[in-house]
Amino acid sequence: MLQLTVNGEARSIAPGSRVADLVRELGLDGRKIAVERNLEIVPRSRYPLDELEQNDRIEIVAFVGGG
Amino acid sequence: MEDGSIMTQASQDNPLVVAGHTFSSRLIIGTGKYASYEQNARALEASGAEMITVAIRRVNLSNPDEPRLVDFIDPKQYVFLPNTAGCFTGEDAVRTLRLAREAGGWNLVKLEVLSDPKHLYPDMVETVRAAELLIKDGFDVMVYCSDDPVFAKRLEEIGCCAIMPLGAPIGSGLGIQNPVNIRLIIEQSSVPVIVDAGVGTASDATVAMELGCDGVLMNTAIAEAKDPVLMASAMKHAVIAGRQSYLAGRMPKKRYADPSSPLSGLI
Repeated sequence: MLQLTVNGEARSIAPGSRVADLVRELGLDGRKIAVERNLEIVPRSRYPLDELEQNDRIEIVAFVGGG
Repeated sequence: MEDGSIMTQASQDNPLVVAGHTFSSRLIIGTGKYASYEQNARALEASGAEMITVAIRRVNLSNPDEPRLVDFIDPKQYVFLPNTAGCFTGEDAVRTLRLAREAGGWNLVKLEVLSDPKHLYPDMVETVRAAELLIKDGFDVMVYCSDDPVFAKRLEEIGCCAIMPLGAPIGSGLGIQNPVNIRLIIEQSSVPVIVDAGVGTASDATVAMELGCDGVLMNTAIAEAKDPVLMASAMKHAVIAGRQSYLAGRMPKKRYADPSSPLSGLI
């Protein structure tokens, strides 16, 4: 299994998984979030293409209320 | 006839234009501190605002079905203005807003680089640096800033599309504490000046608009009112009243009374 850090928490995922697989496993709606992988933005169009790698640091964010 | 032409002039007020976006409302509201997104959406509707500030935060992975702001407020109907609240460096701000751009697809952003949590005053040296980084990266930057006309000018010179000085500390509701500085900033600026922070009640918004501001941005004054939806409506009218009052041009202040009824013809 690949070891990832997602939003600061350790998580593992099957080798060969892509960003879209992670988003799906987490139960998130890909249209309402943004994903950063090792400090680089992952454009939504690349979710089905980009393969995750060992020790990737992933941030998944969304809009929340703010001033 | 003269009265008629003045009225025409007032009713033909130019709309607020920020970085090519045109707004008929001069009120911008925040989306923080509401009891729910549902209440937030109702307040937004009552306010007539067309632009809202939003924050970007980690998704709660333990509850993926948590309500999302975008389920209640449609990003196609309103201009979302992602902020950099919680960022203390230029790099943090750029990183946050790049994510916001990916999540929403806009370049228009609100930059705020804060310093001490006690007063939430902007760190102006870091704000200028962050604004330069963001503008270089293609963002249209509306910038929260101190009421210092020198820094305000600097921010305009480097290419910020709106200058947003505070009227009082964020969330304080103390009203416009610095009318002299705000007016100086308005006079010198050729981009919109929007008072951001400090408004506590409707009359504060009117005072800001009467100074000649192009708009007012507020969050807590509406969200923490006993009835946020009613206060949102009050703010809508307060901003319109202040704008019209500014355009109408107030009467001069006098030191003594001046009767409104004629003195001649008394019985």
